[in-house]
Amino acid sequence: MNEFLHMGGYAAYVWPAYGIAAIVLLGLLVATWKGLRDAEATLKALESARPARRRTRNAGRKTAEQSAGTPAEASEG
Amino acid sequence: MHRFANPARFLRLSAVLLPWCAGATVILTILGLWFSLFSSPPDYQQGETVRIMYIHVPAAWMSLFVYTNMAIAAACGLVWKHPLADLFAKAAAPIGAGFTFVCLVTGSLWGAPMWGTWWVWDARLTSVLILFFLYLGYMALVNAFDDPQRGTKAGNVLLLVGIVNVPIIKFSVDWWNTLHQPASVVRMGGPSIDPSMLTPLLVMAGAFTAYFLSVVLLRVRTEIAQRKIQTLRLSVAGDGTVHDGMRG
Repeated sequence: MNEFLHMGGYAAYVWPAYGIAAIVLLGLLVATWKGLRDAEATLKALESARPARRRTRNAGRKTAEQSAGTPAEASEG
Repeated sequence: MHRFANPARFLRLSAVLLPWCAGATVILTILGLWFSLFSSPPDYQQGETVRIMYIHVPAAWMSLFVYTNMAIAAACGLVWKHPLADLFAKAAAPIGAGFTFVCLVTGSLWGAPMWGTWWVWDARLTSVLILFFLYLGYMALVNAFDDPQRGTKAGNVLLLVGIVNVPIIKFSVDWWNTLHQPASVVRMGGPSIDPSMLTPLLVMAGAFTAYFLSVVLLRVRTEIAQRKIQTLRLSVAGDGTVHDGMRG
């Protein structure tokens, strides 16, 4: 095992080469995974917030037309 | 909504492909590491440093492969305005830059004991460094505009101009005097490398390709989600303006 880790005296060159590749590829994978999770969470939050907004706004406009009140009153009602 | 018709199909397809690509990455990486670290002989001249080749050469192949794919996507994006092509190029760029970086660093680590130098300004090394800067330049350019469409368009033009560098890298070892050895696998008359070293090389190349496919699928999904977020935010902002206008 020691002989394997020694790499014929070139351990200082062989292992960093494998280490750099592992760090870059795993780091990119983790960053990608995190980015996807964040984006999907934001999208979900936006999509669930949007239909509610549209409904309240239409409701507000309807009351505003009926009562011909100010926007402040309409949004309260 | 027809703009999302293609991405919707892509999302379904990628959900099917992703487990297969991820599984292939894991299996090929384990196999490739076994071949390259245990089940292959040391070189009669280079000793154990030859094991750096099993990372260095596949990474170099990937750096060219990814760039070529991005340039093809750029052409499709410019000519047919295919939305997925732009997203693919944007998603692939960091992976290609990563492979190029790995290629440069492992090459340095191999050159130090075997050539006696970490770096020389010869044709092969310099042209690969330019490839690395092309990746970084593309990534900076695409994100430099407020309007993402203008960013991808400028980036696509850069990718197409930069494609001249790909044959220069490939043939640099034949056209100029260099410390770097000429091609020994992809050459006329078949590979000149021993099968005991060709096997780990090809398995690692397979592992890197499967890794690229897995990560690029995840990144394209992210890009699609971010485009939808932007569309939603813009429409919300648009509603707000109209609403205020009605009030005023």
